[in-house]
Amino acid sequence: MPAKASLAAFGEVLLELGAKDERIVTLDADLSKSTMTARFAKTFPSRAFNVGIAESTMIGMAAGLALTGHIPFACSFACFLVGRFETIRVSVAYTQAPVKLVGTHVGVAIGEDGYSQMGLEDIACIRALPNIPIVQPADELETRQAVGYAVDHPGPIYLRLTRQSLEPVHDEGYRFQFGKAEVLRPGLDVSIVASGGPLWNALEAAKTLAAHGVRAEVLNVSTIKPLDEETILRSAGKTGRVVTVEDHSLSGGLGSAVAELLGEVMPSPLKRLGVTGFGESGDPKALYAKHGLDPDGIVKSVLKFLNR
Amino acid sequence: MANPDVLKLQQIARECRVQILRMLAHAGSGHPGGSLSVIDILATLYFNRMRYDPARPLWEDRDRLILSKGHCVPAQYACMARAGFLPESGLVTLRKLGSPLQGHPDRVMLPGIEAATGSLGQGLSIAAGMALGLKLAGRDTRVYCVVGDGEVQEGQVWEAAMSAPKVRVAEHRLDNLCVILDYNGIQLDDRVKKILDLEPVAEKWKAFGWSVIDIDGHDIAQIDKALDQAESVKGRPTFMVAHTVKGKGVSFMENDPEWHGKAPKPAEAIRAITEVLGGSLPDWAKPIVAEIQALEHA
Repeated sequence: MPAKASLAAFGEVLLELGAKDERIVTLDADLSKSTMTARFAKTFPSRAFNVGIAESTMIGMAAGLALTGHIPFACSFACFLVGRFETIRVSVAYTQAPVKLVGTHVGVAIGEDGYSQMGLEDIACIRALPNIPIVQPADELETRQAVGYAVDHPGPIYLRLTRQSLEPVHDEGYRFQFGKAEVLRPGLDVSIVASGGPLWNALEAAKTLAAHGVRAEVLNVSTIKPLDEETILRSAGKTGRVVTVEDHSLSGGLGSAVAELLGEVMPSPLKRLGVTGFGESGDPKALYAKHGLDPDGIVKSVLKFLNR
Repeated sequence: MANPDVLKLQQIARECRVQILRMLAHAGSGHPGGSLSVIDILATLYFNRMRYDPARPLWEDRDRLILSKGHCVPAQYACMARAGFLPESGLVTLRKLGSPLQGHPDRVMLPGIEAATGSLGQGLSIAAGMALGLKLAGRDTRVYCVVGDGEVQEGQVWEAAMSAPKVRVAEHRLDNLCVILDYNGIQLDDRVKKILDLEPVAEKWKAFGWSVIDIDGHDIAQIDKALDQAESVKGRPTFMVAHTVKGKGVSFMENDPEWHGKAPKPAEAIRAITEVLGGSLPDWAKPIVAEIQALEHA
């Protein structure tokens, strides 16, 4: 499979699922061309609702649709969607309305549009709420399966999708399992726990690290909440050192979740890689390099962490 | 509606007022003012209008009520108990640990509540989504949403006010949605006119495409007639401006911002209940009053 943005894969698979399941509806807030639900709207016009630039109302209406037997996908940029935190908190999480929240354009990887368009704190926010799992697929194949899972998931769920193309990291036989992390590359010296956009970079870094004599184990944590504690602890127990990699704020994201787990169960040396401060406009690759999320940056951080 | 029905509904509303005062006295906290201003509207909805079955709270063809001004949920609990969703004896557990009668509505803990509300401004969006979902499913059931006047200052209300008349399934618009404004004129800090005046509120909603009806929110015959009128409107949702009195029925609470969010002490509750019942206690109210008296000595 060629590289593909997870939001593009989402738009395609939603069209297929929508043809099979009439309960599926979409809600957008004037970004359907960006969130890739526009084709769904064109194909199923009576099941697609563009409420205007009114994300809070989009989320609330999705809750109402969910509570009347439909399966609503409420879509916007992650920052605009999760920015309506209080509505998600009460109308979706506390109400237990099975809304499928889809946050796109995550991380500094969106590049030129700059900080105000970047979803950088969404994982932190949704992690703080009971009742909403977080799934961030790493490539097209996993996205297709994660969206299919979201349809069947009995409660609300948050899907975190990228605009940038993602290189495939899975073979065709891969089966996404909700709540399960996977070891993509086995190793003994350090565990690199990654998710979403920079996962492929972590795999590239592991190849370079091998040339330095470092056998890095690479984990794909596509279900960020609930965290697959067993798989992460097994890996940390084996390697004794953990590095997390994510395109999200260092506060409250995957790295924080892993730190909480290790701190309570298996105190281990830990290095978290992610975004500090505000994002900014720039070339996506340059931004990954600035935040140390490119293969070179990950290699350097791991070597320093291991005192090599 | 025939006159005997009006008298019956007025009596139900009186009894619900007693239950509200009883609940708040036992809880020692809560919001009497808005609960008393909205109760004639809720009593009319529950006992002369809405289709529901307390034995099947998730019955797909039920009418839905979302009390977006969730702090006034004691009024809804009183109606729900009378309708059979919960035993009336359970009302005294309001706000107590483990009770399904949360301080603000909880959909999961109390079947019959349609959405968690209380974070103001959110209920109308959910109600619009439900109205849309019911249209999409081809069901002829209706959705009612009660908003507070202070609540209408929230931005999300205006997003939904703009969206609801426009959203549609093919050519079907949300004429199954009726929003009722409990316009008692007082919010937590002070009078609505002093904090942030809503006027001209009817003109604003009309301009957004709503069918607007102006009524006295304590005149049960008027409320019922307006609900009939709302059902007959096709092609757009209805916004009902219900003029009410905060603390209605209890002279020392009426129109006083102090009683927005303060529970009556036992003696005050008994005085209020006696006034609501016209000065003397019928047999059914005597144990309720005795129970409240006992609180004072507890």
